[in-house]
Formats: sequence, C-alpha cells, structure tokens
Amino acid sequence: MSEPAAVLDYECVDTEQVPAGVREEAHSAASTGQAMLAYFAAGVLLGVLFMRSEVASWFRIQEMFRFQSMHMYGVIGSAVVVAALSLLLIRRLQVRTLHGEPIELTPKMWGTGPVRGARYWLGGSMFGLGWALIGACPGPMFALIGSGLGVMAVGVLAAMAGTWTYGLVQRFLPH
Amino acid sequence: MRTLLSGVWPWYVAGPLIGLIVPLLLVVGGKVFGISSNLRHLCAALPLPDAAKPAFLRYNWRRTGAWNLVFALGIVVGGWLATATLGVPDVGSHLSEATRADLGALGLTSLSGYAPAELFSWHALGAPAGLVMVVLGGFLVGFGARWAGGCTSGHAISGLAALQLPSLVAVIGFFAGGLLITHLVYPVLLPALLGAGS
Repeated sequence: MSEPAAVLDYECVDTEQVPAGVREEAHSAASTGQAMLAYFAAGVLLGVLFMRSEVASWFRIQEMFRFQSMHMYGVIGSAVVVAALSLLLIRRLQVRTLHGEPIELTPKMWGTGPVRGARYWLGGSMFGLGWALIGACPGPMFALIGSGLGVMAVGVLAAMAGTWTYGLVQRFLPH
Repeated sequence: MRTLLSGVWPWYVAGPLIGLIVPLLLVVGGKVFGISSNLRHLCAALPLPDAAKPAFLRYNWRRTGAWNLVFALGIVVGGWLATATLGVPDVGSHLSEATRADLGALGLTSLSGYAPAELFSWHALGAPAGLVMVVLGGFLVGFGARWAGGCTSGHAISGLAALQLPSLVAVIGFFAGGLLITHLVYPVLLPALLGAGS
C-alpha cells in the first residue's frame, strides 16, 4: 500500500541525502550538538515572542476571527513577508547550510485524490475549528504549557490523540 | 525599559522576528519550520510495540524529528521565560473595545491572562466547558493539522512564504473553520457553557 503522508509531509522528507564527505562532517557529534543548541535557542526565542506579542492568547485569536484588530494579521503578515524575502535571498545567493549542504525546499504536493486540494480544504477547515476553540495553534500550545497554563498539556495530549486517529483513518480520507 | 518590555510587543517587532526563524532553521540544518509535526513525533516516540501503532506512526522519529522536538522544548522554555521574567500580561485590557464588548456579551466576565479561566482551568476540564474547548479543540487541531499536512507555522508561514498554493488553500481552510466557530457556534455555545459552569 502506498503511504501518502510520508511522501506528502514535506517536513519529514529525508534531508540527509548528501555526499559522503559532507555527511561525515555534518554528523560529527560536536556539530550535531551545536545545531541542536541552535534549534533549542530558536525555540526559546519563538516561545518568548508568542507570549509577549500575545498571539498565544485565546482572546487575541478571537479578536482576529472578529476582524477587530490588525495585530494578529500584522504578526503573521510581517512574518510571511520576512520569511519570503529570506527565501528569495537564499535562492538568489544559493546560500548553503552551515555544513555546506544545499538548501532545498520540497514543494507542497496537491495530493492523490480526484478533488484537487481536498486534504488542504478539509484538513485546513478542521484545523480552523480546533484553532478557534482552543484558541491556540500547536506552537503557542507548547509556549502556554511553559507559562504555567497546565491544562494546555491536556490540549497537547488531545492533539496527539487527533494525530493518532488521523493515522488510523488516513487511508479512508480524501487527500 | 521593563515597562516597555512587559507591554504588548508590537506586531512589527514580533512578526519579522518570527519570520526570521524560517531562514535560521534552514541555514543551521536545512530544516523547514513546522511545529505540528511534533505531535506526530511525540506519538511515534511513545514506548509502545510497533503493532500497537498505525503505519503512519512507525518511522524513525529520532532521525526526522529529534531537531524539531528540541525546538518545541525550546518553545516551552521560552513560554516559561517570558512569563517568569515579565509576568502574565493583562491581555484583556490590550484588546480592542469591540472584542471586549463582544466577549462580555457572550458571558465572559473576566478577560485576564492568556485565556478565560472559566473555560481553561483544571476545574473547567471536568465540565463540558473544558471538554469542548480543550479536549475537542485540541483533537481537531491535531487531526486537522496532519490531514492538511501542516499548521499555522508549516502552511501560513513556511508555505505562504514559499508561495505554495496548497498552503494558501490550507490557510483559507483555517479561516473558514475559525470563522464558523466564532460567528455561528460561539453565540450559542459560549453562553451555554458559561451558564452551565456557574
């Protein structure tokens, strides 16, 4: 049986197909440790930003879905613009990773079903229902746990249950 | 300085910094910003026999997901750091007047903290309020994110920045679902939940 998600989830695409010489260097324990430290630091920064800009707040999500402030749109919009310009630069200048690997972005695939983009319409809408209820997407859920809102840990467990259930019924769903 | 930092960080400061996470992860290790994959990695990492897991959760999560789980752990620590040093902001007082009025009309009496305590507390978790908001909400977030192949970070930020049309469709879906809950469901649901809880 084909395994659609493994192919479609581009976060899970194998990025370690690099020439042997580069691979040895890239996977030395020290450089892996440094990279992990960088990911951790990036996470800390993001967690702080989620909390201090209040995008982790259920109230702010409500304000956004009611179109009563531009705050959330400003945060997401400017993040997209800065990220897009960065990607443009990375592509133009052919920037490589710190280990010298080429940076490649796998495009999002439309999917395999008869209706184009079914998984994005349906899965996206389902995500939106949950987003408005719990008032946080996965990143802010993690940050809120750290801030001491313990019930968000239950939210993450529920989200894991949702992920697990998706894994069980995946083959019956349109993609 | 402290007063400045403990207020709302404006969107034009927070947004661009969040956007910079995308190139940062790419340059450090060719990683794509997307947080909801961690929910899958956490499921895959559960110490259960393979037979108990669907095929979707049987993969080498250490190789594909270790970096992202470390990133997520950083987010938790960041959430702690932000509030331990600068306190919990009075989000309600920073909201627009219209939002405060709307939420008040729905029966929310206290707009302090990050989320209304009537709905998001251990006490509420044992009542319909917590079950609907936290458990059902979380479940839909987890299921929907994997079905759509990403969440706000993977689609709305990484995907839109890379001009991916599927991501735009997903983001329109995010809003369709959110608007439905906010404008059609909450007017009925919130007064019922808040009434039942008091």
